[in-house]
This record gives sequence, structure tokens and C-alpha cells, in this order.
Amino acid sequence: MKARVVVTLKGGVLDPQGKAIEGALRSLAIDGVASVRQGKVFDIEIEGGDRERAHKTLSEACERLLANTIVENYAIELA
Amino acid sequence: MKSAVILFPGSNRERDAARALRDASGQTPAIVWHGETELPAGVDLVVLPGGFSYGDYLRCGAIAARSPVMGAVRRHAERGGLVLGICNGFQILCEAGLLPGVLMRNADRRFLCRMQHLRVENAQTPFTRGYAAGQVVRFAIAHGEGNFEADDATLEAIEGAGQVAFRYCDAEGRVDDAANPNGSERNIAGVFNSRFNVLGLMPHPENLIDPLVGGADGRPMFAALAA
Repeated sequence: MKARVVVTLKGGVLDPQGKAIEGALRSLAIDGVASVRQGKVFDIEIEGGDRERAHKTLSEACERLLANTIVENYAIELA
Repeated sequence: MKSAVILFPGSNRERDAARALRDASGQTPAIVWHGETELPAGVDLVVLPGGFSYGDYLRCGAIAARSPVMGAVRRHAERGGLVLGICNGFQILCEAGLLPGVLMRNADRRFLCRMQHLRVENAQTPFTRGYAAGQVVRFAIAHGEGNFEADDATLEAIEGAGQVAFRYCDAEGRVDDAANPNGSERNIAGVFNSRFNVLGLMPHPENLIDPLVGGADGRPMFAALAA
């Protein structure tokens, strides 16, 4: 089963990389961009087809490694 | 004092740390590979050195914090053993949950490599008793991700408990935004755990042990640990 985990910075946490990208978009004259926050995407293959179990596995992966929950949120998408 | 320096793939300050420890204690520290599951018997102090463990993949210190040796480091800390994390070592200790907070990208996005004044905030610990509270010291900084962040409740708790070890300041000891190199909350440069046997700091005391190379303000830390 294919899964995607998206890790994003919590609101209020300063994101210097997002700010730099925002500035670069402005310098390319790409108009209409109000702000940019950078995150991470993990595409993960899960063994078997048990969705509930896959969700549990991915939650544990996020809590223990993929996200630092002090400053990051995560979202799990199952295909 | 018997000490060990942990070597992760991508550590690059382990020799500096080992030299500072050897000069202070007269004993050569053990260099312990990250894949070990036990520390050498009788180790009093474990040092997590600076560098770029695992290429800073995922988040700085994130993968090193989950490497086999960290179980042994955690047990050592739980027994009351001393742990010092410098720069990447500080990031690893935060990622391992042995210290509060997290180190984020420097607010101005630049890698900083220069000298920096610090104010000693708590001089009553095994690491800092060679200094006076309020003393201004000059260490080197060399980091791209030293921006210390924690939520307000955590900040209040560590302030109240005296867990702030060092703050960034100017040469006169003023702690303000102008003296904050990386955007750290409350100019925090180093923190203790709640038992004061674990210290993490971004600046490099191990590089300031010889007047020939810029100063010796780091010596009192290693002298106190060795005593």
C-alpha cells in the first residue's frame, strides 16, 4: 500500500527557508504569492493491505522519527 | 575522570573534544563508535561532539539521536552520569529528548563561524562551577542551525529551574537582540536538563583551551569536569 506523510512546521514557528523561497519567487516576478512555508513529503510503501495497521505504523514512525512534534505537525495519507 | 567521546558518521570535532578532555584530565578519552550498545566501564563523562552527523539528514541530530549508542548514553544520564553535547551534540540531545527544546535554522539563514560572547547564567553545576554567575566568556560558534526554540511553558519552566546555562551577549554582557546571532529564544545558547547532569550548548568551549589559538575561556569547563 502506498502512503504519503506530510510534515509541516507548526504555525508561529519561524521558517527561514520558506522566507527565502518567498523572496526568490518575488525576485522571479511571480506575483500573487502571499507567503511560503516549507515542509517535507515522505512517500512510503507499507507491507500488506490493512489500512488501520498501516495508519498505526505510520503514526508511530511520525512520532518517533519523521516529525519533531515540538515544532512540526504531520499528516498521513493512505492511497 | 574517565571520559568517552561518541563518534557518529559525520562528526568532525571529536578530536578537539578529546584534546580538551586530555589536557584537563591527563587521561585520553575513549572514542566510542555510534554502533556500540554499551559505554566503556567506569565512564564518568560522555561528550557528543560537533559536526554534521548523518549529513544533517531529516533534521540536525535526528538520526544520530536514534543510533544504537544513544540507548547507552540515555542509561548513563539516568544513572546521573555526566553528558556534554556541543553544537551537533546539543542538537542530538534535544532530538533524543534528553534536553528540552529544538534547534532550528538560524533566523538570518547564514552559517555563522566566528567568536561570540556568552554570559554564564548558572555557575553551580559540574560543568560551569569554574565560572562565576554573570561572567562573560568568549567561545567560538560554527553552526547553521542554532536557533533554540521551545514553547512558552517549557521556556518558563527552564528559566524558573535555572536550566539556562549560557546566553548570547555582547562584550559587556548585555543580552539583547543585537547580541543574538541566530534568533534563539531569550538568547539561549545552552541548557541543562532538570538534574543538571546533561548540558548542551551550541558554542565550542573545546576550541578555546589555548591562548595560542584565540583564548582559553573554555578551559574552566573541562577543568571543572576533570576535578
